[in-house]
Amino acid sequence: MASAHDVPAAIEAIYRIESPRIVAGLTRIVGDVGVAEDLAQDALLAALEQWPASGIPENPGAWLMAAARHRAVDRVRHERMRARKHEEIGRARAADGADPTDAMDAALDDPIGDDLLRLVFLTCHPVLSLEARIALTLRLLGGLTTEEIARGFLTGEPTVAQRIVRAKRTLAEQRVPFEVPRGAALGERLAGVLAVLYLIFNEGYTATAGAEWTRPPLCLEALRLGRVLAGLLPGEPEVHGLVALMEFQASRLRARRGPSGAILRLAEQDRTLWDQTLVRRGVAALQRARDLGGPPGKHLLEAEIAACHALARSVETTEWARIVQLYDRLLEVAPSPVVALNRVVAVSMASGPEQALVLLDTLAGVPQLRGYHLLPAVRGDFLFRLGRRAEARAEFERAAALTRNDRERELLLARSQACTEPGSS
Amino acid sequence: MRVLGLLRADASSEAGEPPSPELLERCGRFMEEVTRAGVLLASDGLQPSSQGARVRLTGGKVTVLDGPFTESKELIASYALLEVKSMAEAVEWTTRFLRALGGGECELRPLYEGPPGQEP
Repeated sequence: MASAHDVPAAIEAIYRIESPRIVAGLTRIVGDVGVAEDLAQDALLAALEQWPASGIPENPGAWLMAAARHRAVDRVRHERMRARKHEEIGRARAADGADPTDAMDAALDDPIGDDLLRLVFLTCHPVLSLEARIALTLRLLGGLTTEEIARGFLTGEPTVAQRIVRAKRTLAEQRVPFEVPRGAALGERLAGVLAVLYLIFNEGYTATAGAEWTRPPLCLEALRLGRVLAGLLPGEPEVHGLVALMEFQASRLRARRGPSGAILRLAEQDRTLWDQTLVRRGVAALQRARDLGGPPGKHLLEAEIAACHALARSVETTEWARIVQLYDRLLEVAPSPVVALNRVVAVSMASGPEQALVLLDTLAGVPQLRGYHLLPAVRGDFLFRLGRRAEARAEFERAAALTRNDRERELLLARSQACTEPGSS
Repeated sequence: MRVLGLLRADASSEAGEPPSPELLERCGRFMEEVTRAGVLLASDGLQPSSQGARVRLTGGKVTVLDGPFTESKELIASYALLEVKSMAEAVEWTTRFLRALGGGECELRPLYEGPPGQEP
């Protein structure tokens, strides 16, 4: 492993580990996240030039940090000189004369990760479009390459690259402060950060489009970022709630795909493939969220529901009545048509498809669910279970025409096909 | 990818000697770093092999051999389960761990992860 040709791979790994903290520290100094990333990458280039000959230093993170800092100092001095030349009187304000190195030492020494947290709030800032927040977060905090992000979201690499460039420019132009929101703003902005992480996770868990049903690397990165955030904000129950939710859902990743990549539904999954390491971590994170007290938030309730599934031995022994109750509370905290739809599915398991079908039909006119493929898919499932095969078939076909994911379409067409076959449900 | 790191036992771990306060502090700092990075899934230290046993089934016959075991090169003192992007990243975290320990040897083994029959 220590052979010379592995040094570039080692440097890449080190950079992935260190770059978020370096970029965060530099952003505080130079005030521009784009410039900060350029400086950090210059430091990486220096490492790539020097380490193959000199060997990897004992503390490579500190080396990279120091190299980046030298470049930032040079830049700040250079800019000041230029600014002075522009000032005709040549009178520099006293504060400007201080050695930037001292400030930088203070800024780069960030043991509790305050700068990292500021960077999280910056990349998830509401002045950016949702796509830009996702791309910038994965790039600067996840250390993903443009190509990896493009693959995750089925977009072209140039599109992602442009999105990132534009996002950095927007942050600079709008002079978005590099800070952790305080007071009432914190809760709202934190909810926005968590939403970005969960969007990334979900795109990996149930891809909206494309040939693959899941893209696990996205799930794992969102989960890892969630754990990092939980370390930075240990007192926020919703962070632990989201981490718990993602741990539970990720525990099923392996079991959700059949041998040819086909989708396996909850009832069809081999529960022995559920990852017990992640289930245990989910339970621990959920307990941390509960222990912090207060009225349960959206993600905590979602995690409670996910825990019911993760800890059940089978679909039959799942506590569906409890799940329905949790959905009731979730609808109070965060009403949404999709949550209402999920609740109806739980009702069908707790009280049977007949009652659920009546409830489902009250959702039929909701505008947000128009064109949502899971609405006819769920209806088809209820009708199928009630033995109304011909109607079920039409619903599955409608759902198949609506989904943009190839694997999901296969499943829905297979279910539609099953409606024409003799035999019991 | 998931990688299991196994720290080889040495005379001190086999003797069950408690670590010095300095060592505990260095290791604690490392554990915090790797936990906060979100890559450490699980880890534990193992008691000396004198507390362990080996169970073997050969030809339908079970033998139980109580510790201690002498071939310390094959003994393990602790394990860590990492979720990393590459073997190089696992090597880097392991290097940091060994630097915190002040020396030692770890074996790194990637896990089989896909559903059975679709490895890796």
